[in-house]
Amino acid sequence: MTESAQTTGSRVVPPARQYPFSVPDRLVVDPTYGELRDNEPMTRVKLPYGEEAWLASRYEDVRTVLGDVRFGRAPAVQRDEPRLTARQQDSGMLTLDPPDHTRLRRLVAKAFTARRVEALRPRTQEIADGLVDDMVRLGPPADLVEHVATPLPIQVICELLGVPYADRDLFHTWSEAIVSTTSLPMETIQEYLNNLWGYIGDLVSVRRREPGIDDLLAALVRARDENQDRLSETELVELAGGLLAAGHETTVTQIPNFVYVLLQNPDQLARLRADPSLVPAAVEELLRYVPLGVGSSFARYAKEDVEVGGVLVRAGEPVLGSLSSANRDGTVFADPDRLDLGREQNPHLGFGHGVHHCVGAQLARMELQVAVATLVTRLPGLRLAVPEAELKWKRGMLVRGLLGMPVAW
Amino acid sequence: MSTAWRIGVDSRRCIGTSICAGTAPEHFHLVGDRSAPLADVVAPADVILDAADSCPVEAITVRDAADERLIAPQD
Repeated sequence: MTESAQTTGSRVVPPARQYPFSVPDRLVVDPTYGELRDNEPMTRVKLPYGEEAWLASRYEDVRTVLGDVRFGRAPAVQRDEPRLTARQQDSGMLTLDPPDHTRLRRLVAKAFTARRVEALRPRTQEIADGLVDDMVRLGPPADLVEHVATPLPIQVICELLGVPYADRDLFHTWSEAIVSTTSLPMETIQEYLNNLWGYIGDLVSVRRREPGIDDLLAALVRARDENQDRLSETELVELAGGLLAAGHETTVTQIPNFVYVLLQNPDQLARLRADPSLVPAAVEELLRYVPLGVGSSFARYAKEDVEVGGVLVRAGEPVLGSLSSANRDGTVFADPDRLDLGREQNPHLGFGHGVHHCVGAQLARMELQVAVATLVTRLPGLRLAVPEAELKWKRGMLVRGLLGMPVAW
Repeated sequence: MSTAWRIGVDSRRCIGTSICAGTAPEHFHLVGDRSAPLADVVAPADVILDAADSCPVEAITVRDAADERLIAPQD
């Protein structure tokens, strides 16, 4: 604790640190998290926008903040919530608590269960093989982001939702608005979101005119039309648009991140090549190891006084839980900063935790397994075609990732 | 019409997201890092179906306590 710390009742409130702690550097986890886990597991942070918050950095505390029903997201819309973006989200599943949240989540969750997603695996493999075929035909060097990582998740989500793949350039551009912090001006973010909602609105109209269409979007339209209380028209459009945009942005980013980490860890890559049955465990380990987020967002608000990490969080206070930090907690993961594709116990928080655990987690997991397996087995000589220092990384986004990844094989 | 349901949680499939406990706290809770029903046999309630349908790994099953007919999850 520092000298300027204030004591409020039975607790000490340290002065707030600026957050994120540093400008994101590739996929490096800021060492501050490790220091905090050891010495100050609950600290105060100030994000670029919004009110001060607590930040939990230990695994168990992060799980409590995200999973305990004494914390909620709904109060955030009434508050100046701590955030990385100028714009504050005022609707959508991430602004709701049960039972309102359940009403929306249940409608989409059924489409993303492990069983439903497994049925999409053969088609996903077919798409991945086709994309790798095309890239090989083109010859090295080729951009892995453009030729494999971007089209694969987009084509899968298009087919699942029922969005025309031919329109991909349009909505891929608009989707950046969902993950942008400063990469786009505010007006452009709003314009892109409006375009995205308008585009989905048109697809919804088509499904009302043509009831024979059978896809996830049609199922959502039916859910709305059968019972207007279940889903408002705005919710329907934002839910579908959110699935399209948020869903593919993350997986598009993680495929090159995973390949990058594997190339940085040649012993682990060799291990995977020697034994492709390690792919599912490897994907879990990569989900743990890669800090996808630039910083924590979507603070949970305490609904009553709750003790977390030795600190009394008062009712009404926001708490952020760092997934990247939790995933490097040495009390849960032995040798946490080492990539170990054979890790047996891997209860990582890469998809979050609690009622807002990524609804598309099973789909993302399957796509990542297909992508990693296909690249590793079909391109045994896969390597960067430029020096690592020349790779360009995203800036001004909620997620960390490569803008391009020139590779040879 | 069922008069009682039997809730099952497959602890080998459960990954402990606590979606069920958040959705239906009167029926599910986390024991360590796995979900468990508070009571195995309960009166029918929609919120239990919400929880079963929302589980990402389909670890929750709801059956008619009398004849073991599967009530959730369903396609």
